[in-house]
Amino acid sequence: MNAIAIRAGFLTTVQDLGRTGFRELGVPLGGALDAHALRVANLLSGNEESAAGLEITFGGLRLRCADDRIVAWCGGEFNARIGSTALPSGHPGLVRGGEEFSIETPAIGCRAWIAISGGIDAPIVLGSRSADLKGGFGGVNGRPVRDGEEFPLGQNSGRSNSLIEKLRATKIASWKPPHDWSSTGHREPSLRFIRGADAERCVPAALEILSAESFVVSPDSDRMGVRLDGPSLERSDNVDLLSEAVAPGTVQVPPSGKPILLLNDCQTIGGYPKIAHVITVDLGIAAQLRAGDRVRFHEVSLADAHRALFERERDFEQFRRGLELHFE
Amino acid sequence: MEITPLGDSALLIRLAENFDAAPESALTKVLAAQQFLTAAKIPGVVEVAPAYTTVTLFYDPLRAMAAGAPMENVFGWFEQQIREAASKAGKIRANSIYTSVIEIPVCYEAEFAFDLNEVARRAGLSVKEVVDLHSGAEYRVHCIGFTGGFPFLGGLPQKIATPRRETPRKEIPAGSVGIGGKQTGIYPIKSPGGWNIIGRTPLQLFDPKKNRPAFLRAGDHVRFKPISRDEFERATT
Repeated sequence: MNAIAIRAGFLTTVQDLGRTGFRELGVPLGGALDAHALRVANLLSGNEESAAGLEITFGGLRLRCADDRIVAWCGGEFNARIGSTALPSGHPGLVRGGEEFSIETPAIGCRAWIAISGGIDAPIVLGSRSADLKGGFGGVNGRPVRDGEEFPLGQNSGRSNSLIEKLRATKIASWKPPHDWSSTGHREPSLRFIRGADAERCVPAALEILSAESFVVSPDSDRMGVRLDGPSLERSDNVDLLSEAVAPGTVQVPPSGKPILLLNDCQTIGGYPKIAHVITVDLGIAAQLRAGDRVRFHEVSLADAHRALFERERDFEQFRRGLELHFE
Repeated sequence: MEITPLGDSALLIRLAENFDAAPESALTKVLAAQQFLTAAKIPGVVEVAPAYTTVTLFYDPLRAMAAGAPMENVFGWFEQQIREAASKAGKIRANSIYTSVIEIPVCYEAEFAFDLNEVARRAGLSVKEVVDLHSGAEYRVHCIGFTGGFPFLGGLPQKIATPRRETPRKEIPAGSVGIGGKQTGIYPIKSPGGWNIIGRTPLQLFDPKKNRPAFLRAGDHVRFKPISRDEFERATT
């Protein structure tokens, strides 16, 4: 069974949890910029947490499925509807065959992850269904979804089917995950970071500036990275280092002194000094940054980063168990 | 061996200092480290990727914690595992990692070689001399990056080293062979880029549909073989 994007919106791509195992060959991680949001949306729709969904940027998507599906989404402050009924973030909703799901421009944030029960059955390329836009592979023909394009969905799981039956009357489930999991846009975004290896060596005083000042997101930002305007992080020299690995979350300082926060589609290696790394738990906040947003940074320890991840994962497991009764 | 965190899910292992003084030795150490780190099967390791003087180990902190890494010191736990793996591996002989020489056909004709004249002019050489030097040397792949399958090759004759273009091109055709500073490389897919383009190979260096998507990997020995326009055509059809 297929889904059709009547309108694809500004930028809609198929994403799962990304590709691993090919970084030594220069293949980026890719995948949902907020992996946690996609995992939560998947569980809400009765999918495996790693199923492929849609990542939308700035909305404008109108979608129709050939048969009954559960749809759930997490992300910025968007208005979504099934027909004319509002579907708030984090609430699983029943979209009947032929009915329209739509999502409009967000008030806060810029991205959302939409899980459709059964998942999007895009071909697996290098271990993932994610679209690699630079490489031109994965997702739907290696590019963003287009207006009028159809793509295949997997089969509804038994869990999804039982939820479909339960929602026949009410359409939209009354339950949802913790608010900050489903609604990830922030009016005053703040990112925690651990210090980078090149901080003192190449960019003295930059850590103080990074922690004390705020930075404005430049329009020149995409899935590869968020470019930041603001106080210049002056480098002690303009010699680039021998290229070494970078990763989503890495904050590098090019010769201009304007930092770049790398996201999932970033190159696997880079030669600019790395002053900081945004912690994994906060990458979902980074994924919502849009041009003009003001963002702040503050430093934590590596142990803090790991504890935050551990605690969120513990809560996620509890949430997963708690969902069971809704899918019986 | 210096080990530093690269965010909360990776760590950078530096195996050599001063790459320019001894690039081959750095490569040998890096490949050896990649080997022993992969063989050690340390719990929580996602993948291991080499680049010039470093190997980066990507890990899943949650899996490491489940395998016994203390939450307050996941990094220290990995550091210990890595040092143990290194000491077990012992000394790696320089010649213990061997790969044969891979020949890459390149058409250096003007149609494909946008910057060959400029490279020759800067070097004070004729175009033919540049081609002879470029195709006469043997190279090593020090790193794959920039885009999927893009090889960074060391071993470029110093005479034809050429700084990157001041303004990068928005689009460089797939297969283009370029010189960027002291390195040479090949653009596997159409992409923007700032290197001086001196020819094109008909080989497909990156194919995501293959199990091994990249034609080259770190450590490979490479030579370029000049081919004519006709041979280029035949190879692509």
